[in-house]
Amino acid sequence: MDLQTLTYIVVGFTFVIYIGIAIWSRAHSTGDFYVAGKGVHPVANGMATAADWMSAASFISMAGLIAFLGYDGSVYLMGWTGGYVLLALLLAPYLRKYGKFTVPEFIGDRYYSKSARIVAVICLIFISFTYVAGQMRGVGIVFSRFLEVDILTGLLVGMGIVFIYAVLGGMKGITYTQVAQYCVLIFAYTVPAVFISIQLTGNPLPQLGLGSTVNGAESTWLLERLDTVVQDLGFSAYTDGSKARIDVFCITLALMVGTAGLPHVIVRFFTVPKVTDARRSAGWALLFIAILYTTAPAVGAMARLNLVETIWPGGTTEEAEPLAYEERPDWFRTWERTGLIGFEDKNDDGRMQFYNDANDQFAPVAESRGWAGNEVTVDRDIMVLANPEIANLPNWVIALIAAGGIAAALSTAAGLLLVISSAVSHDLIKGVFAPDLSERGELLAGRIAAAVAICIAGYLGYNPPGFVAQVVAFAFGLAAASLFPAIIMGIFSTRINREGAIAGMLAGLFFTFGYILYFKGIFITPLAENVPENWLFGISPEGIGVIGALLNIVVATVVSRLTAPPPAEIRDLIEDIRVPRGAAAAHGH
Amino acid sequence: MSDQATRDRYWKANLRLMAICLIIWFVVSYGFGILLVDFLDRFQLFGYPLGFWFAQQGSIYTFLGLIFFYAWRMNKLDREHDFHEE
Repeated sequence: MDLQTLTYIVVGFTFVIYIGIAIWSRAHSTGDFYVAGKGVHPVANGMATAADWMSAASFISMAGLIAFLGYDGSVYLMGWTGGYVLLALLLAPYLRKYGKFTVPEFIGDRYYSKSARIVAVICLIFISFTYVAGQMRGVGIVFSRFLEVDILTGLLVGMGIVFIYAVLGGMKGITYTQVAQYCVLIFAYTVPAVFISIQLTGNPLPQLGLGSTVNGAESTWLLERLDTVVQDLGFSAYTDGSKARIDVFCITLALMVGTAGLPHVIVRFFTVPKVTDARRSAGWALLFIAILYTTAPAVGAMARLNLVETIWPGGTTEEAEPLAYEERPDWFRTWERTGLIGFEDKNDDGRMQFYNDANDQFAPVAESRGWAGNEVTVDRDIMVLANPEIANLPNWVIALIAAGGIAAALSTAAGLLLVISSAVSHDLIKGVFAPDLSERGELLAGRIAAAVAICIAGYLGYNPPGFVAQVVAFAFGLAAASLFPAIIMGIFSTRINREGAIAGMLAGLFFTFGYILYFKGIFITPLAENVPENWLFGISPEGIGVIGALLNIVVATVVSRLTAPPPAEIRDLIEDIRVPRGAAAAHGH
Repeated sequence: MSDQATRDRYWKANLRLMAICLIIWFVVSYGFGILLVDFLDRFQLFGYPLGFWFAQQGSIYTFLGLIFFYAWRMNKLDREHDFHEE
């Protein structure tokens, strides 16, 4: 059977599963629709959170990003996992005890203010839409790459599938499809990784393989070998970083705090039955995420070594010659057609000089060897996409990678669309504009909002506003600077009041938004060049959410001191969410 | 049982546990993985430079351990103070 047919069968089969689950888990009440009736087992919720969290970017791009960044790629590994510690310790149990449906609802109740709730809704919608545009784009790209349909068709199919299970099943449908999607994506990710690790090091566990010796040279560590070959070609050592420490520090912190402030992640902890489940469930979520996140650095390093050694079969020393273009392996030919890998014979010798031509210190060496610039361009996504072929794995594994990529993109998109629709139907329509709406009316409003959100997301995926590439900085920075501090202060301080919280959220939001705009100029031309010399304290726009969060806390504290303390019933609310007992009472509302 | 004094004791104990966990969280990732990485890289853990291992593997395992440790300790605290869920 050829690869194309096989891919259609595997992907089609996963779609049948998702739709089957959607029909089985239809939502019957707003409780089902918003928080899956608060009846999700903590382990299942952990899996769903992992799928919700790991996007197309985690699945396809992260390993490649690490492959080319080396040590600097650690910011993503630590930044996108460490936030779960904050979630488990500072947020999840208390928000579960609070026991209602949405993040803006908590902020509105705790700060006894509809305005605070509306500000939270604005933050949430902005964060979630920037994020979801990237996901829909991911769906389109995966479809078009593996199923060879155009991006629009891919996008429409993806929207259709999400529509069925998000609109029909709400949170309940999404939760159980995400469990299935997690299984598909983690299997698809780890199988090729295990084989590559065995081929390179003989160790079946990639996490251990990365710290092992290479096959055929029992005295050379894999990372040592990698450091040597990349430095021979003018790249910086793999295990060393080139970013400034302060920037690495702030980016990692912004990603961690941002993770803990992302509404689609937080709301997953509203779905478990008890407070103790919320604490434990964060651990399960991180366990399922860690399986991918500890494998990714191994995939990145091994794929980079494989790539260099494929192009430089005789080694990278002074006398060695790279591979002749005519002798390139089959996978190289396959991916050349997609444009993800390319060759341009700049010095007309028919060989593929792959090196770092941006390194001035290396230029004399390159010149003396007759090289006229780097001749091989590699898209970082190839590190995961071409992995099964590089490792000579059978076609069904390649088909599985396609299904895994689609699962990763769909699961994240669905989670985001759900928080958008519940913010609209529950916080805006029911909470502000039409408080008398019946439960059936609200459920219908939720479904309509989800449908509209899917259409907008699809449109943004097809016509991505120039900023999709900057989405990470935006979504995480804003979540870190606006929602996270407001929630934390709401739980841990009894003194922060309505005025303080609103002023704090707005200060954090505008500062972070403004800083990113200033250097990245998303809707306008950047006002200053995006280089370290111009940055505030040497912090890049990716890491500025940390300063935004601090600003939020300072402003909120100062304003709260100058205005009246929160009323007595708010203190009772805080006292109540701080202890687990009684959470079951909130269950049946 | 759940008078104000018990509540305060429970909350203080929770904050203390939380502080310990967050200090470990910070030291392992920001300390070992970022600020002290050059120093730790002088040592090897099998084929890994130690600082690099903390940044790309060790910190994640520590996070995982911390969450389960905190959940376990908090369940005990809940029971000791009679705040656990029925």
